[in-house]
Amino acid sequence: MAFSNQQATVYNDTVVRQFAIMTVVWGVVGMLVGVIIASQLAWPELNFGIPWLSYGRLRPLHTNAVIFAFGGCGLFAASYYVVQRTCQVRLFGDKLASFTFWGWQLVILAAAISLPLGYTQGKEYAELEWPIDILITLVWVSYAIVFFGTVGTRKVKHIYVANWFFGAFILAVAILHLVNSAAIPVGFMKSYSAYAGVQDAMVQWWYGHNAVGFFLTAGFLGMMYYFIPKQAGRPVYSYRLSIVHFWALIFTYMWAGPHHLHYTALPDWTQSVGMVFSLILLAPSWGGMINGIMTLSGAWHKLRDDPILRFLIVSLSFYGMSTFEGPMMAIKTVNALSHYTDWTVGHVHSGALGWVGLVTMGSMYYLIPKLFGQKQMYSVKAIEVHFWTATIGIVIYIAAMWIAGVMQGLMWRAINADGTLTYTFVESVKATFPFYVLRLLGGLLYLTGMVIMLWNTLKTATAGRAVSVNIPVAVAHA
Amino acid sequence: MEILYLLIPLSVVLVFFILGGLWWAIDRGQFEDIEAEGARILRDS
Repeated sequence: MAFSNQQATVYNDTVVRQFAIMTVVWGVVGMLVGVIIASQLAWPELNFGIPWLSYGRLRPLHTNAVIFAFGGCGLFAASYYVVQRTCQVRLFGDKLASFTFWGWQLVILAAAISLPLGYTQGKEYAELEWPIDILITLVWVSYAIVFFGTVGTRKVKHIYVANWFFGAFILAVAILHLVNSAAIPVGFMKSYSAYAGVQDAMVQWWYGHNAVGFFLTAGFLGMMYYFIPKQAGRPVYSYRLSIVHFWALIFTYMWAGPHHLHYTALPDWTQSVGMVFSLILLAPSWGGMINGIMTLSGAWHKLRDDPILRFLIVSLSFYGMSTFEGPMMAIKTVNALSHYTDWTVGHVHSGALGWVGLVTMGSMYYLIPKLFGQKQMYSVKAIEVHFWTATIGIVIYIAAMWIAGVMQGLMWRAINADGTLTYTFVESVKATFPFYVLRLLGGLLYLTGMVIMLWNTLKTATAGRAVSVNIPVAVAHA
Repeated sequence: MEILYLLIPLSVVLVFFILGGLWWAIDRGQFEDIEAEGARILRDS
């Protein structure tokens, strides 16, 4: 049976272009909200007494914007591009692919309106109320049909490893979303979770950490396994290891979640299970990180004059750092110090700014000129400037949060000889102030880099034009 | 911890599902001549 997408002669890059542009736009928006709330933590008056601008409402707006708008659009763009190139066939379902774009933008818009108005399910990274959750489900099912339809109608026998990562990401996020967002609606924008108390907490962090694992890790590893070899012009260091990496990661990921609930009402043994699985994850994570970096083995000089490659490789070193730090923080004795401190915030941002951010930016810098028929971005110098502002920003951000976090942990646990606490809580807040200002500086630098990227992207898009790329005809049918 | 009656069976189902995927991939010869597949993507446009 021949499907219409198999007879098409050109790739569907329209939807890739739309998602790629919106990745950059939402990146600026999400990071700007991040900078605003970082300022509010240093100077709380900056909410101006307006409820819509209060920290509690803007914080979920920031996380949703950077994860699901910036990261999500980046994943849509990359997966749609990679699956077509590696399967040598046009995307399955043009209308459905277009629906995923407009549907996803509608989800983002609904989040941007409902979160500041105070509508929330109160679940971290799953705040959106039930009508929006239903729209997410529709978009996600369409995404799965488009993606797996393309894989199913491929003209290359082998399914490239990046597609396995994208596929696992799509399926896992579908399951996580359905289980965690199960709720009983009691009004148009109000619902109650289907679970209660510690059960709810367990589901929430089963969702929360697996979202880290499958949305923020597996999806972006798919990007990494395609764009690093392409930009370096060399195959991945060990393709065999990349296959082992994939299966090892998805077999072991699902039970790291309880480490978010150390020293809570969650049974002790469940916490220990979470800790053990978190430690196990170090092995597949580092296997993949080393595999990606070693792709440059024998061609390290390329890092010297290729800023895009530098984005991609440095993202992997942040991936390595945060996947080492994460298991360490999941150890209960370490967690006794780090829990509820800004160390956690630093850890998340070393993964988010360093790994997810940089790998997305590098991939988009590879993609955007190709989508507009250009050889390279409008300004390569600007990519270089972006790389350094972003990297310096990340280092300032995470160093400030490390110091603040360890300091807070030590102050909170300090006890006088008579058994009373040495410090009041507000003393630790006061001591954190300079680090909040430093963090703001790091975030501002990172945002500046993103604004440079937006300018560079618009210049590249207007200098070029939307091009159609032919699908190679002489593919070996194996 | 009644929630584990949902989450643990779900994990078991998922593990079998993943095993099925792995078995499918091996059975369909996805891993024959594996290193050559890594280089193929360098030739697409």
